[in-house]
Amino acid sequence: MLTEYNVEGGDFTRAGYASSQIKKTLKNLNISPEIIKRVVVALYEAEVNIVAHAFKGVISADISNSGIKLVLEDEGPGIPDIDMAMTKGYSTASSRVREMGFGAGMGLPNIKDNADRFNIVSRVGEGTRVTIEIDFAG
Amino acid sequence: MKISKICELVNGSIVCGESKKDEEVEYAFASDLMSDVLTVRSGNFILITGLANVQSVRTAEMSDVSFMLVCRDKEVTPAMIEVADESNILIVRSPFSMFRCSGILFKEGLKPVF
Repeated sequence: MLTEYNVEGGDFTRAGYASSQIKKTLKNLNISPEIIKRVVVALYEAEVNIVAHAFKGVISADISNSGIKLVLEDEGPGIPDIDMAMTKGYSTASSRVREMGFGAGMGLPNIKDNADRFNIVSRVGEGTRVTIEIDFAG
Repeated sequence: MKISKICELVNGSIVCGESKKDEEVEYAFASDLMSDVLTVRSGNFILITGLANVQSVRTAEMSDVSFMLVCRDKEVTPAMIEVADESNILIVRSPFSMFRCSGILFKEGLKPVF
């Protein structure tokens, strides 16, 4: 089952909508609450990243019997140094993002902690693609 | 601790989710930084925060947190209430500071998540 959601950069009132929808879908599929929490926390962090840093993006969620694969692809400034971006506490977030309760440099490491498989590729001036895979059999 | 008891202790009022006021919660986590809240693995706590915006409620939703205590007399907006109602989250609003709310509730037996 493949679903897609568009995400607009800067639109904090809508940030979390896609994560919320996917949470409902996983609940309806009777996935365990522990797994659902890992999925939606990782996804929400990644969704907020698009809103905080990119111009726009697309989230695709592919749910199978064995797990979920989330791909978040954005058009944005990209990340010049991914190792630096993965460092806890490092952030380039604006003051507006910080006012929303984010931008403390914890998002990407937290996504990685929650994922069974995590990948990030980025091109400066073009955008970033984050892939998160979580297995349902814990 | 019953939510109604928490309300009483922090001089709070229930803004939404009134039907959950007799439910119990054992733990609390206080933060204005949602990134910190999202690193807490359990969901069995009341979120004490001074961050009153849609993202604090979304963070509670993603964290499986059913109760929020918005302190410092911050206004709980209609947009926040809409998301909270959708996700069955109760919100209490208190005029007290985060330190005061946390101190009172800790003293009365609410436990820290770590």
